[in-house]
Amino acid sequence: MSVTTASSAGIYSKAGSLSRERRWAMWTAYASLILAAIIFLAPPVYMFITSLKSSGEIANMQGNPWLVRSPTLENYSALLGNGMFLRFFVNSAIVTVLVVAITMVISVLAAFALARMRFFGSQALATGVFLTYLVPDTLLFIPLYQIVGGLGLLNSIWGLVLVYPTLTVPFCTWIMIGYFASIPKELDEAALIDGASWSQMLLKIFVPVAMPGIIAATIFAFTVSWAAFVYPTAFVTTPDQMPLTIGIVSQLVRADTFAWGQIMAGALLAALPPVVIYAFLMDYYIAGLTAGATKG
Amino acid sequence: MPADTLTAGRTPATHAPGSGSLQRFARRRSTIAFLMTLPLLAVIVGLVAYPAGYGIYLSTLNRTMVRNIGFGNYEILFDTDTFWSVAWQSCIFAITAVLLKALIGFWLAHMLHHIPAKGQRKWRGMLLVPWVIPPALSTLGWWWMFDPTYSSINYVLSIFAVPAVPWLGEPIWARIAVIMVNVWYGAPFFMIMYLAAIKSVPEQLYEAAAIDGANGWQRLRYVTLPMMANIISITVLFSLIVTFANYDIVRVLTNGGPRDLTHVFASYAFQVGILSGNIPRGAAVSLFMLPILAVCAFFVLRGVTRRNKEQM
Repeated sequence: MSVTTASSAGIYSKAGSLSRERRWAMWTAYASLILAAIIFLAPPVYMFITSLKSSGEIANMQGNPWLVRSPTLENYSALLGNGMFLRFFVNSAIVTVLVVAITMVISVLAAFALARMRFFGSQALATGVFLTYLVPDTLLFIPLYQIVGGLGLLNSIWGLVLVYPTLTVPFCTWIMIGYFASIPKELDEAALIDGASWSQMLLKIFVPVAMPGIIAATIFAFTVSWAAFVYPTAFVTTPDQMPLTIGIVSQLVRADTFAWGQIMAGALLAALPPVVIYAFLMDYYIAGLTAGATKG
Repeated sequence: MPADTLTAGRTPATHAPGSGSLQRFARRRSTIAFLMTLPLLAVIVGLVAYPAGYGIYLSTLNRTMVRNIGFGNYEILFDTDTFWSVAWQSCIFAITAVLLKALIGFWLAHMLHHIPAKGQRKWRGMLLVPWVIPPALSTLGWWWMFDPTYSSINYVLSIFAVPAVPWLGEPIWARIAVIMVNVWYGAPFFMIMYLAAIKSVPEQLYEAAAIDGANGWQRLRYVTLPMMANIISITVLFSLIVTFANYDIVRVLTNGGPRDLTHVFASYAFQVGILSGNIPRGAAVSLFMLPILAVCAFFVLRGVTRRNKEQM
């Protein structure tokens, strides 16, 4: 008797004072989280499983689809030896790097001006930035198709570099305004007294202090331009100018018999850069995600 | 370094004497500010505002874009059954998907908040994965899971003795499938937003409620929800905009089929405007998104400004 009371007391002391109700809540919490995790992770896991199957195994269509009987890397090696797939990757990389650079320059400059230098219409412009963020790409792609076509940039990655900033600049500017506005005014007063010019103030004070915000905005710009789908689908139809998303969807999925293993391997490889960035910079990623509504 | 000291020595000298140079300084400041915002203005005006206006103009032209036919395109659209089915499908799709995302997201955020803080990071990281993968690519995975002859979802269902579901073959199931994929992709975003909001509710309020004898449900109803009301509405309206304008999932999963019954405004506009080459009518289709987007945008903006004022 005394033994049981002692051991149960031990448990309670270890777990804090968990009442019956709280323990129930805990179990419900874990049960829902496990269920959600299974459902949320099932598609990528199944993509991975499929990517390890040979085309023969997929064509067989017998037995449990969630198991691999003879895992092989042939889909990955086929893709990495496929010049067209590598071309998609390079196109995506070029477009994304350029767009991220352009976006960050535009939005850091503008956010600094909007956060610190009150000028005629600055408030209206800040609101306008947020409104443009709410304009979806599917509303603009048809007129932009005409405009890009008029400039002779259809079927070219340069057309994409031109239009992607509409996806990235408004939100990045918006969160940078928030980060810059949270920097105490005393800092720039001190800098002004020391005789710093505006450019010095921006580069030596605001950019270093707001570095977390800049990283979050950069990650946002990167993921958005890497995942962009509407514009490349509308503007690019020649395979050698396609970025990854539309390249995989339109070129790998074209044959009469779908090479499912290769499609899944390609999709996973294409999803890798944003996922890797997310894995390493999760906190910045989440900060950027929540900043739109909670800051700024 | 020498440059620093140089400017440091020079700047005070330029605006030391009198108000005239001070005025000049102010003028210079606004000029600099204007120059700094110029690229942003170029993007907003040149790539958003001008195309939006141009789109409205385009929608009044005839197919060959040589003649202005006023509201002709809209009239033709109103007369076609496909257009009305697209409009219905867009609304059903957006409203159902956003409701489900908000409920699932809220539930998961609530559950995440309950487990010990040490484990939260790990779970959060895992549950946000659907949001991180580019949707066009993860939808390919879903497409393969819905495959009519070798559906892995039907395999799992058959374990529970559920008959095979014709996922993308029958209109009703195709519509459900599109919503499912959208919910799968978007629910993690709601979860993250709501988790951030739940965490910002001051602990003292719960203590006060507990002292007043509130049970778990009452704490949720009278403390958590009112404190989160603003962020809930911002997220829901924002997601309504994005979901209403969704394109990638429909394009990859069903491409509008079967019989054009899963088309939403965006994919139908693409079909009409780019693929069939009737650019003015495509522009007209996509402009039908504008009213509902404008309403949502208005309320989002109001919510965000109110929130900013509260925080200041």
